[in-house]
Amino acid sequence: MELKEKLMSSFMAFENTVDIDSPVHDIRTEAIKHFENEGFPTKRQEAWKYTSLNAVLKHNYSVFPKHEDALEFKDVKKYFIHDIDSYKIIFIDGKYSSHLSQTTHDAIDVCLMSSALTKPKYRLIIENYFNKIATTDGLSSLNTAFSAEGAYIHIPKNKLVEKPIQIIHFSTGNEAALMLQPRNLVVVDENSHVQIIERHQSLTDNPVLTNSVTEIFANKRAIVDYYKIQNDRETASLIDNTFINQKQESIAKVHTFSFGGKLTRNNLNFYQNGERLDSTMKGITIIGNKQHVDHNTLVHHIEPNCESHQDYKGIFNDNATGVFNGKVIVEKEAQKTNAFQANNNILVSDKASINTKPQLEIFADDVRCSHGCTIGQLDESAMFYLRSRGIPEKEARALLMFAFSNNVLDSVKIPEIKNRITKIIANKLGVNIGFDL
Amino acid sequence: MLKINNLHASVEDKAILRGINLDIKPGEVHAIMGPNGSGKSTLASVVAGKEDYEVNEGEILLDGENIDELGAEERAHKGVFLSFQYPVEIPGVSVTNFIKTAINETRKAKGLEDMPANEMLKLIREKSQMLEIDRKFLSRSLNEGFSGGEKKRNEIFQMAMLEPKLAILDETDSGLDIDALRIVANGVNKLKSKDNAVVVITHYQRLLDYIVPDHVHVLMNGKIVKSGGAELAHELEAKGYDWIKEEVNA
Repeated sequence: MELKEKLMSSFMAFENTVDIDSPVHDIRTEAIKHFENEGFPTKRQEAWKYTSLNAVLKHNYSVFPKHEDALEFKDVKKYFIHDIDSYKIIFIDGKYSSHLSQTTHDAIDVCLMSSALTKPKYRLIIENYFNKIATTDGLSSLNTAFSAEGAYIHIPKNKLVEKPIQIIHFSTGNEAALMLQPRNLVVVDENSHVQIIERHQSLTDNPVLTNSVTEIFANKRAIVDYYKIQNDRETASLIDNTFINQKQESIAKVHTFSFGGKLTRNNLNFYQNGERLDSTMKGITIIGNKQHVDHNTLVHHIEPNCESHQDYKGIFNDNATGVFNGKVIVEKEAQKTNAFQANNNILVSDKASINTKPQLEIFADDVRCSHGCTIGQLDESAMFYLRSRGIPEKEARALLMFAFSNNVLDSVKIPEIKNRITKIIANKLGVNIGFDL
Repeated sequence: MLKINNLHASVEDKAILRGINLDIKPGEVHAIMGPNGSGKSTLASVVAGKEDYEVNEGEILLDGENIDELGAEERAHKGVFLSFQYPVEIPGVSVTNFIKTAINETRKAKGLEDMPANEMLKLIREKSQMLEIDRKFLSRSLNEGFSGGEKKRNEIFQMAMLEPKLAILDETDSGLDIDALRIVANGVNKLKSKDNAVVVITHYQRLLDYIVPDHVHVLMNGKIVKSGGAELAHELEAKGYDWIKEEVNA
């Protein structure tokens, strides 16, 4: 049975597990219709021209894992940023793990989507925010149809949340093949600040497909720092659909570190619904073998005096393939927009490839929009310079690649994340570099 | 220390060095002079191990060992240092991190542990003071946005840190004002000892007023056409290169 049909028929079974009289369920039933019409995207669609899901969709995924599994913290500690105090929302095969988590309702809500969707005290937030910015494309609709579990974060106004929040999804391999559809909602009210780290980690080589949707609302003067660490096994694939709605003077930054996985597609969408706000998205991609990473970004400048900054670096080895598709829309009303986009790539091997495409649609006349993309090799004269100082070829290459991606790390505010990413990069490049960035 | 026998080298089938012979002993300073395009920088790059050049004939011996097959880093580990005419800008790597990495990689190649951090700091402080280098300068990205003089001073700083056996200074005087020239020359002189050697490649004699050579060689068309003492540099400064050309052609 094809995955689409399997999912369609699973929806009825899913309905037995949720409250079908709730308003949320109307949204779900609407969404499953969308998915039925749209299906999975194919390469015939412009936005999916360079990314094929065929190989990923062919597995016979379990949609509802039957087994429950427990993990010991010591066995999975390395996947946490464990050297800082943090809130944790942890899932194992899609099921919440209270044992590994640390949630809170003390002045802020850092808890579960399953509670938020069912308990009356969250009804107002759900009514106002749930599925308000997620799009109706096939993949997002599929997630909406099955939305039941994930992270729910609500920061009321004037709260500076000092502890970062870690959201981690583990998959154990108890199912021969597993499909996960986490649904996250993050609402940050006026003047509040939150930092979130998200990671998906498979613990075995059984195939995993994650189709996640995250809706983030940065209200007036809110600050949201979101870090995505994508360093999964080469049998795990991730489709990350993230939607961010910003109000005036808010700042939202998303860093995406893509170092692993079989296929990773990041659909990252910013909607600027307010003046004088700032949207930043940065990424470092370092992949090899037959890995594939696709960054598909959108910034929709709707109101005047706003900024957007995009800076993506990619290093591709072996037969790895990369895609960068950055779309910036500047509406007629969005005068004095300052939109910056850069995508720089290094192809380490002859067989690696990158397709990079900036897409600017500008309807306002008083704006500053710049974009640039480069694809190149490492600078040979720089290599000779480093080697002539006694730095061996392999280390010299690694040093130059570090230097190449360094400015993306500059804006990472949590030192422990910066250290972790630096270590992962060193590991990816196969060197033990004795300098700190 | 360095012995070059009948060295022929080419780039993309174009012959540039056509039979160089040179014998440099410990404690000596050699100057290599010559007009533009005579092969001076090529000679420096070939000795340092730049792979763009092909050695077609002859040999380069360092302490009796043929180093022709060694990579640039291995030559560096054996004590060869090239001060670049045009140092490369490397954004994202600070001067300090670069030199730390260079020193520790060289130590690793010799089977030594990393230099302890406090020792490294002390060394950096000492050598940067000698070259009148500001602390802030050390945390900047390597050569990025440096003035010509800063780049050259940074090269000599690296030389001071690495303490090479054989230092080749390729046009280190170009782009330096007189104060910077004096600082750089003083630095080189302080590093001189009876165990190491310096090769100064230059167009003009003015650096040689500060770093006095024991031997001066004139390179033309890829060959050393005349050798002499320090007085040869003065003669070239006064009379130019034409008289040598005539002498060679005669």
